[in-house]
Amino acid sequence: MNYEELLEKLVNEDDRYVVMTAENRAAIRNLPPKIAKNFIDTGITEATMIGMAAGLASRGRIPITHALATFLTMRAFEFVRTDVGISGAPVKLVGAVPGFLSEANGPTHQAIEDVSIMRGIPPMNVFCPADIDDMMLGLDTVFADENPWYIRFNNLKSVVEHEPFEIGKAEVFGSGTDVAILTYGTLFNEALEAVRILEESEFSIRLINMRSLKPVDEEAILSAAEECEMIVTLEDHFLTGGLYSILSEVLVKNRIAANVLPFALENKWFKPALLKDVLDYEGFTGAKIAKKIISKF
Amino acid sequence: MEKQKLEELKGISLKVREHIIGMSTDGGCFTGASLSCTDLVVYLYKEFLNLDFNDLKNPERDYLFLSKGHDVPALYGTFAELGIIEKDRLKNHLKTNDFIYWHPNRNIPGIEYYSGSLGHLLSVSMGVAYDIKMRGGNNKVVVIVGDGELNEGTNWEALLVANAHKLDNLIVVLDRNFFQANMPTEELIPLEPLEDKFSAFGCDVKRIDGHDFTQLESAFSGFPYTEGKVSVVIADTVRGKGLPSIEKRADRWFCNFSHREVEELIKELHGTEKANITSETLTVR
Repeated sequence: MNYEELLEKLVNEDDRYVVMTAENRAAIRNLPPKIAKNFIDTGITEATMIGMAAGLASRGRIPITHALATFLTMRAFEFVRTDVGISGAPVKLVGAVPGFLSEANGPTHQAIEDVSIMRGIPPMNVFCPADIDDMMLGLDTVFADENPWYIRFNNLKSVVEHEPFEIGKAEVFGSGTDVAILTYGTLFNEALEAVRILEESEFSIRLINMRSLKPVDEEAILSAAEECEMIVTLEDHFLTGGLYSILSEVLVKNRIAANVLPFALENKWFKPALLKDVLDYEGFTGAKIAKKIISKF
Repeated sequence: MEKQKLEELKGISLKVREHIIGMSTDGGCFTGASLSCTDLVVYLYKEFLNLDFNDLKNPERDYLFLSKGHDVPALYGTFAELGIIEKDRLKNHLKTNDFIYWHPNRNIPGIEYYSGSLGHLLSVSMGVAYDIKMRGGNNKVVVIVGDGELNEGTNWEALLVANAHKLDNLIVVLDRNFFQANMPTEELIPLEPLEDKFSAFGCDVKRIDGHDFTQLESAFSGFPYTEGKVSVVIADTVRGKGLPSIEKRADRWFCNFSHREVEELIKELHGTEKANITSETLTVR
């Protein structure tokens, strides 16, 4: 089942679901005729879409809203914070082309503070799937949950088989004790490649696919901090407010010190280009990640 | 309008204005803006809306959204007069033991949504109007906006969308008191001609005196004005209406009067005495 088919099934099984978009139809282009009135395109109006979603939710609907991640989380931010956040309306925000997935669009389209600002809204949860299969495994649960959620839409091809999704649980691959790589979203496949290279060099690795960044799996983080020599955070996000910050918060809260190596965008936007060239230019390919970990270990 | 009905509405409005003046001390409130929309709010709750406050879960009921949230004392005063909340509860204004503060809180019965940040509730009310259409309902959805609030672009964006989706169950009521926070609207960001602006955005518009119950009745009885279009009522009002000492004054938007001034203003409201206002003028925002 693909994303569109999932939405069609949800609407047909449960009339509370409405699919909304601020004229971002890339992932739902075939859906409108199939779900009729339950499809609402508000045009290029992210704020109005979110306000309407809050109103629909107040009448018992579960709106699943779509826009490019930058505009959804920032143009409409105050509507998300005020109209969805204060009431805790179960509005779902599906952000398209987050992080490096905006490729050659340039900094206007780079959602690399989205995790930071969305997790700062009290009732808002954050789901950042590693690839298309990981996303499809989690969406049923996330959409049905009574809280608002921000979802980093990710249609990258899957190269591993994922476990069933559970809110607040990370997916842990391996139990190595040299390096724990914590990551989410776009960079999961690069992390897998880095793990392959590191293991060839006799490193003992565990890879943690965070999945839901809020609520976060503190247990997985604490185990990694207690059992591994080094913790790597890997994310296509500003260094401030994302996984590196989440890790820091968890460690400080539990009075644990750790040897942490962050991969993130440090006070800069990234070079616009096609994904593989962005990864290479910014030093986020599996090979470059592995090389830097070896040099810092 | 029947004379008896008119006198009843005037009587309720007078009481609501007393409540507003009563809340304009010990921390104060947005007195000027609350007094301008009082007659509108009283008319809508008493005569227009199909709303039983004991049955708010009724899917057939109407809705009133207060987008210019700072005039919520007009709602609380009306709720107290219509028996929706206890009159004594207004004494909790600004106290931590209740939810009655400078902007609306949904924990108070009758408040549909949180507001205060301008330019939000038109889109929220559109979500409700859309849902009503989806269910084939006939409920009416009223949203009260302020004229200063129209500076916010989200209102105009939302109107385009509302008309695109033919939300003719929605009625936008503009409290046109000609002032925004600290300035006359036409001196800061001119809004006129407003009928033309709303019409150009696809709405059907009526303009009335927002303190004249007979005109309010004729404007609202014609709703919905045109199939497929959002209705707009531009209600020309007076900031501070009922208190000549503060009427039409840019510096009497937010007021925090002394207890003596409150007593004198209540008398001024009843036309028996002119109040002597000496407390400092406040500018907020």
